[in-house]
Amino acid sequence: MGGNSPCASCKLLRRRCAKDCIFAPFFPSDDPHKFAIVHKVFGASNVSKMLQELPVHQRADAVSSLVYEANARVRDPVYGCVGAISYLQNQVSQLQMQLAVAQAEILCIQMQQEPAIPTPQIDVPDEKSFLLQHNLPQYLNYASSTTSSNVISDSFKRDSLFSHDMVS
Amino acid sequence: DYLSMNSSRCAACKYLRKRCPSECIFSPYFPPNNPQRFACVHRIYGASNIGRMLQQLPVYLRAEAADCLYYEAQCRIENPVYGCVGMISTLHQQIFSAQEQLAKVQAEIALINNAYTQQESSQFQQLDGLLSNLNNF
Repeated sequence: MGGNSPCASCKLLRRRCAKDCIFAPFFPSDDPHKFAIVHKVFGASNVSKMLQELPVHQRADAVSSLVYEANARVRDPVYGCVGAISYLQNQVSQLQMQLAVAQAEILCIQMQQEPAIPTPQIDVPDEKSFLLQHNLPQYLNYASSTTSSNVISDSFKRDSLFSHDMVS
Repeated sequence: DYLSMNSSRCAACKYLRKRCPSECIFSPYFPPNNPQRFACVHRIYGASNIGRMLQQLPVYLRAEAADCLYYEAQCRIENPVYGCVGMISTLHQQIFSAQEQLAKVQAEIALINNAYTQQESSQFQQLDGLLSNLNNF
Protein backbone atom coordinates (compact mmCIF):
# COMPACT_ATOMS: atom_id res chain seq x y z
CA MET A 1 0.00 0.00 0.00
CA GLY A 2 2.62 2.42 1.21
CA GLY A 3 1.12 5.57 -0.20
CA ASN A 4 1.92 9.19 0.68
CA SER A 5 2.27 10.04 4.33
CA PRO A 6 -0.98 11.29 5.85
CA CYS A 7 -1.56 15.04 5.94
CA ALA A 8 -1.47 16.84 9.28
CA SER A 9 -5.27 16.69 9.56
CA CYS A 10 -5.57 12.97 9.04
CA LYS A 11 -2.66 12.40 11.39
CA LEU A 12 -4.44 14.37 14.11
CA LEU A 13 -7.82 12.81 13.37
CA ARG A 14 -6.22 9.40 13.12
CA ARG A 15 -7.82 8.40 9.89
CA ARG A 16 -6.73 7.29 6.48
CA CYS A 17 -5.59 10.14 4.29
CA ALA A 18 -7.44 9.58 1.03
CA LYS A 19 -6.05 10.73 -2.31
CA ASP A 20 -8.75 13.39 -2.57
CA CYS A 21 -8.50 14.41 1.08
CA ILE A 22 -9.87 17.95 1.28
CA PHE A 23 -7.34 18.99 3.89
CA ALA A 24 -4.19 17.55 2.36
CA PRO A 25 -3.32 20.43 -0.04
CA PHE A 26 -3.45 22.95 2.78
CA PHE A 27 -2.27 21.09 5.85
CA PRO A 28 1.04 19.38 5.07
CA SER A 29 2.33 16.89 7.61
CA ASP A 30 5.34 19.06 8.45
CA ASP A 31 3.14 21.70 10.13
CA PRO A 32 0.89 19.93 12.60
CA HIS A 33 0.22 23.10 14.56
CA LYS A 34 -1.58 24.76 11.67
CA PHE A 35 -4.36 22.17 11.58
CA ALA A 36 -4.40 21.71 15.32
CA ILE A 37 -5.31 25.32 15.85
CA VAL A 38 -8.13 25.51 13.29
CA HIS A 39 -9.45 22.24 14.60
CA LYS A 40 -9.42 23.63 18.11
CA VAL A 41 -11.40 26.73 17.22
CA PHE A 42 -13.63 25.68 14.33
CA GLY A 43 -13.56 21.88 14.38
CA ALA A 44 -12.46 19.65 11.53
CA SER A 45 -15.95 18.98 10.18
CA ASN A 46 -16.80 22.69 10.06
CA VAL A 47 -13.53 23.45 8.26
CA SER A 48 -14.21 20.62 5.83
CA LYS A 49 -17.74 21.92 5.19
CA MET A 50 -16.47 25.47 4.63
CA LEU A 51 -13.82 24.31 2.18
CA GLN A 52 -16.23 22.11 0.27
CA GLU A 53 -18.52 25.07 -0.27
CA LEU A 54 -15.74 27.03 -1.96
CA PRO A 55 -14.29 26.75 -5.45
CA VAL A 56 -10.89 25.05 -5.35
CA HIS A 57 -8.92 28.18 -6.30
CA GLN A 58 -10.24 30.04 -3.25
CA ARG A 59 -9.56 27.39 -0.66
CA ALA A 60 -5.94 28.32 0.03
CA ASP A 61 -6.94 31.88 0.96
CA ALA A 62 -9.81 30.59 3.05
CA VAL A 63 -7.45 28.30 4.97
CA SER A 64 -5.02 31.19 5.56
CA SER A 65 -7.75 33.41 6.94
CA LEU A 66 -9.15 30.61 9.11
CA VAL A 67 -5.68 29.96 10.52
CA TYR A 68 -5.28 33.68 11.18
CA GLU A 69 -8.64 33.87 12.95
CA ALA A 70 -7.97 30.74 14.97
CA ASN A 71 -4.60 32.09 16.10
CA ALA A 72 -6.18 35.40 17.07
CA ARG A 73 -8.88 33.57 19.02
CA VAL A 74 -6.36 31.45 20.90
CA ARG A 75 -4.20 34.48 21.70
CA ASP A 76 -7.22 36.49 22.82
CA PRO A 77 -10.04 34.17 23.89
CA VAL A 78 -12.43 37.04 24.50
CA TYR A 79 -12.00 39.34 21.49
CA GLY A 80 -10.14 37.27 18.91
CA CYS A 81 -9.84 39.17 15.62
CA VAL A 82 -12.40 41.71 16.73
CA GLY A 83 -9.75 43.16 19.06
CA ALA A 84 -7.51 43.88 16.09
CA ILE A 85 -10.41 45.35 14.08
CA SER A 86 -11.33 47.63 16.93
CA TYR A 87 -7.73 48.79 17.35
CA LEU A 88 -7.28 49.44 13.63
CA GLN A 89 -10.56 51.36 13.37
CA ASN A 90 -9.31 53.61 16.18
CA GLN A 91 -6.11 54.19 14.26
CA VAL A 92 -8.08 55.19 11.18
CA SER A 93 -10.15 57.68 13.23
CA GLN A 94 -7.04 59.16 14.76
CA LEU A 95 -5.40 59.56 11.38
CA GLN A 96 -8.55 61.18 9.99
CA MET A 97 -8.41 63.70 12.82
CA GLN A 98 -4.74 64.39 12.32
CA LEU A 99 -5.35 64.88 8.62
CA ALA A 100 -8.19 67.33 9.26
CA VAL A 101 -6.03 69.28 11.71
CA ALA A 102 -3.13 69.41 9.27
CA GLN A 103 -5.37 70.57 6.43
CA ALA A 104 -6.85 73.27 8.64
CA GLU A 105 -3.36 74.34 9.57
CA ILE A 106 -2.43 74.83 5.92
CA LEU A 107 -5.49 76.97 5.47
CA CYS A 108 -4.53 79.07 8.50
CA ILE A 109 -1.02 79.58 7.20
CA GLN A 110 -2.31 80.56 3.77
CA MET A 111 -4.71 83.03 5.34
CA GLN A 112 -1.94 84.64 7.36
CA GLN A 113 0.14 85.10 4.27
CA GLU A 114 -2.59 86.50 2.04
CA PRO A 115 -5.18 88.13 4.20
CA ALA A 116 -8.41 88.07 2.16
CA ILE A 117 -10.14 90.07 4.88
CA PRO A 118 -8.86 93.62 5.00
CA THR A 119 -8.10 94.52 8.61
CA PRO A 120 -9.91 97.82 9.14
CA GLN A 121 -8.30 100.63 11.15
CA ILE A 122 -10.34 100.35 14.29
CA ASP A 123 -9.20 101.47 17.68
CA VAL A 124 -9.34 98.11 19.30
CA PRO A 125 -7.56 97.83 22.59
CA ASP A 126 -7.00 94.09 22.02
CA GLU A 127 -4.34 92.63 19.80
CA LYS A 128 -4.75 92.60 16.03
CA SER A 129 -5.21 88.84 16.17
CA PHE A 130 -8.68 89.40 17.65
CA LEU A 131 -10.27 89.96 14.22
CA LEU A 132 -8.38 87.09 12.66
CA GLN A 133 -9.56 84.71 15.36
CA HIS A 134 -13.18 85.58 14.78
CA ASN A 135 -12.96 84.92 11.07
CA LEU A 136 -11.10 81.66 11.42
CA PRO A 137 -14.02 79.33 12.33
CA GLN A 138 -15.85 79.73 9.03
CA TYR A 139 -12.71 78.87 7.14
CA LEU A 140 -12.18 75.81 9.30
CA ASN A 141 -15.71 74.62 8.56
CA TYR A 142 -15.03 75.03 4.87
CA ALA A 143 -11.86 73.00 5.24
CA SER A 144 -13.50 70.12 7.05
CA SER A 145 -16.28 69.82 4.48
CA THR A 146 -13.86 69.46 1.61
CA THR A 147 -11.27 67.33 3.29
CA SER A 148 -10.43 64.15 1.45
CA SER A 149 -10.48 62.27 4.71
CA ASN A 150 -14.23 61.90 4.11
CA VAL A 151 -13.25 59.06 1.80
CA ILE A 152 -12.09 57.02 4.77
CA SER A 153 -15.02 57.93 7.01
CA ASP A 154 -17.59 57.11 4.32
CA SER A 155 -16.44 53.53 4.09
CA PHE A 156 -16.93 53.18 7.81
CA LYS A 157 -20.50 54.37 7.96
CA ARG A 158 -21.06 50.89 9.34
CA ASP A 159 -19.28 52.22 12.44
CA SER A 160 -19.98 50.43 15.71
CA LEU A 161 -19.23 46.73 15.56
CA PHE A 162 -22.37 45.35 17.17
CA SER A 163 -24.86 47.98 16.11
CA HIS A 164 -26.57 45.93 13.46
CA ASP A 165 -26.91 42.49 11.99
CA MET A 166 -24.73 41.90 8.99
CA VAL A 167 -26.68 38.84 7.96
CA SER A 168 -30.28 39.66 7.38
CA ASP B 1 -39.26 18.17 34.27
CA TYR B 2 -42.22 19.57 32.32
CA LEU B 3 -41.69 23.20 33.24
CA SER B 4 -38.08 23.56 32.14
CA MET B 5 -38.90 21.58 29.02
CA ASN B 6 -41.50 23.99 27.75
CA SER B 7 -40.81 27.38 29.26
CA SER B 8 -38.26 29.60 27.55
CA ARG B 9 -35.47 27.32 26.49
CA CYS B 10 -32.57 29.37 25.21
CA ALA B 11 -32.04 29.62 21.46
CA ALA B 12 -29.20 27.09 21.60
CA CYS B 13 -31.17 24.39 23.36
CA LYS B 14 -34.13 25.00 21.09
CA TYR B 15 -31.90 24.63 18.07
CA LEU B 16 -30.24 21.52 19.48
CA ARG B 17 -33.60 20.17 20.61
CA LYS B 18 -32.56 19.49 24.12
CA ARG B 19 -33.43 20.42 27.64
CA CYS B 20 -32.26 23.84 28.79
CA PRO B 21 -30.96 23.40 32.33
CA SER B 22 -30.81 26.33 34.74
CA GLU B 23 -27.04 26.49 34.48
CA CYS B 24 -27.02 26.22 30.67
CA ILE B 25 -23.80 27.78 29.36
CA PHE B 26 -25.55 29.26 26.32
CA SER B 27 -28.71 30.74 27.75
CA PRO B 28 -27.40 34.11 29.02
CA TYR B 29 -25.93 34.84 25.59
CA PHE B 30 -28.38 33.19 23.22
CA PRO B 31 -31.85 34.30 24.27
CA PRO B 32 -34.83 32.53 22.68
CA ASN B 33 -35.99 35.67 20.88
CA ASN B 34 -32.91 35.61 18.61
CA PRO B 35 -32.65 32.18 17.02
CA GLN B 36 -30.57 33.47 14.12
CA ARG B 37 -27.74 34.44 16.47
CA PHE B 38 -27.14 30.90 17.62
CA ALA B 39 -27.75 29.41 14.18
CA CYS B 40 -25.02 31.68 12.86
CA VAL B 41 -22.33 30.79 15.41
CA HIS B 42 -23.30 27.14 15.28
CA ARG B 43 -22.78 27.07 11.55
CA ILE B 44 -19.20 28.32 11.85
CA TYR B 45 -17.97 27.00 15.18
CA GLY B 46 -20.35 24.28 16.24
CA ALA B 47 -22.14 24.04 19.57
CA SER B 48 -19.48 22.14 21.47
CA ASN B 49 -16.72 24.60 20.48
CA ILE B 50 -18.84 27.58 21.50
CA GLY B 51 -19.75 25.93 24.78
CA ARG B 52 -16.15 25.03 25.49
CA MET B 53 -14.83 28.50 24.62
CA LEU B 54 -17.39 30.17 26.88
CA GLN B 55 -16.82 27.66 29.65
CA GLN B 56 -13.09 28.45 29.67
CA LEU B 57 -13.72 32.13 30.35
CA PRO B 58 -14.61 33.84 33.62
CA VAL B 59 -18.32 34.64 33.66
CA TYR B 60 -17.92 38.40 33.40
CA LEU B 61 -16.11 38.04 30.04
CA ARG B 62 -18.50 35.61 28.39
CA ALA B 63 -20.99 38.14 27.04
CA GLU B 64 -18.25 40.03 25.25
CA ALA B 65 -16.79 36.80 23.88
CA ALA B 66 -20.20 35.62 22.64
CA ASP B 67 -20.72 38.95 20.85
CA CYS B 68 -17.30 38.70 19.20
CA LEU B 69 -17.86 35.10 18.12
CA TYR B 70 -21.20 36.13 16.62
CA TYR B 71 -19.59 39.05 14.80
CA GLU B 72 -16.83 36.85 13.38
CA ALA B 73 -19.31 34.17 12.38
CA GLN B 74 -21.40 36.76 10.54
CA CYS B 75 -18.30 38.02 8.74
CA ARG B 76 -17.39 34.50 7.73
CA ILE B 77 -20.89 33.78 6.39
CA GLU B 78 -20.93 37.04 4.46
CA ASN B 79 -17.39 36.51 3.16
CA PRO B 80 -16.67 32.78 3.07
CA VAL B 81 -13.13 33.19 1.77
CA TYR B 82 -11.71 35.87 4.07
CA GLY B 83 -14.19 36.30 6.90
CA CYS B 84 -13.35 39.23 9.15
CA VAL B 85 -9.71 39.00 8.08
CA GLY B 86 -10.84 40.78 4.91
CA MET B 87 -11.81 43.77 7.03
CA ILE B 88 -8.45 43.74 8.82
CA SER B 89 -6.72 43.77 5.46
CA THR B 90 -8.86 46.68 4.22
CA LEU B 91 -8.17 48.61 7.42
CA HIS B 92 -4.42 48.15 7.02
CA GLN B 93 -4.64 49.54 3.50
CA GLN B 94 -6.66 52.52 4.66
CA ILE B 95 -4.21 53.25 7.45
CA PHE B 96 -1.35 53.10 5.01
CA SER B 97 -2.94 55.52 2.56
CA ALA B 98 -4.08 57.85 5.35
CA GLN B 99 -0.52 57.93 6.66
CA GLU B 100 0.70 58.76 3.17
CA GLN B 101 -1.83 61.59 2.84
CA LEU B 102 -0.87 62.92 6.27
CA ALA B 103 2.82 62.86 5.43
CA LYS B 104 2.14 64.81 2.24
CA VAL B 105 0.10 67.46 4.02
CA GLN B 106 2.69 67.78 6.79
CA ALA B 107 5.45 68.14 4.22
CA GLU B 108 3.40 70.85 2.54
CA ILE B 109 3.08 72.66 5.87
CA ALA B 110 6.81 72.44 6.42
CA LEU B 111 7.44 73.82 2.95
CA ILE B 112 5.03 76.71 3.39
CA ASN B 113 6.43 77.55 6.81
CA ASN B 114 9.96 77.39 5.47
CA ALA B 115 9.14 79.65 2.51
CA TYR B 116 7.32 82.04 4.81
CA THR B 117 10.14 82.38 7.31
CA GLN B 118 12.60 82.86 4.50
CA GLN B 119 10.40 85.59 3.09
CA GLU B 120 10.09 87.13 6.54
CA SER B 121 13.79 86.98 7.23
CA SER B 122 14.62 88.53 3.86
CA GLN B 123 12.16 91.34 4.59
CA PHE B 124 13.82 91.88 7.96
CA GLN B 125 17.17 91.89 6.26
CA GLN B 126 15.97 94.58 3.88
CA LEU B 127 14.66 96.59 6.80
CA ASP B 128 17.93 96.12 8.65
CA GLY B 129 19.85 97.29 5.65
CA LEU B 130 17.67 100.36 5.32
CA LEU B 131 18.03 101.25 8.99
CA SER B 132 21.79 100.92 8.97
CA ASN B 133 21.93 103.15 5.88
CA LEU B 134 19.91 105.76 7.71
CA ASN B 135 22.23 105.50 10.71
CA ASN B 136 25.18 106.20 8.51
CA PHE B 137 23.97 109.66 7.73
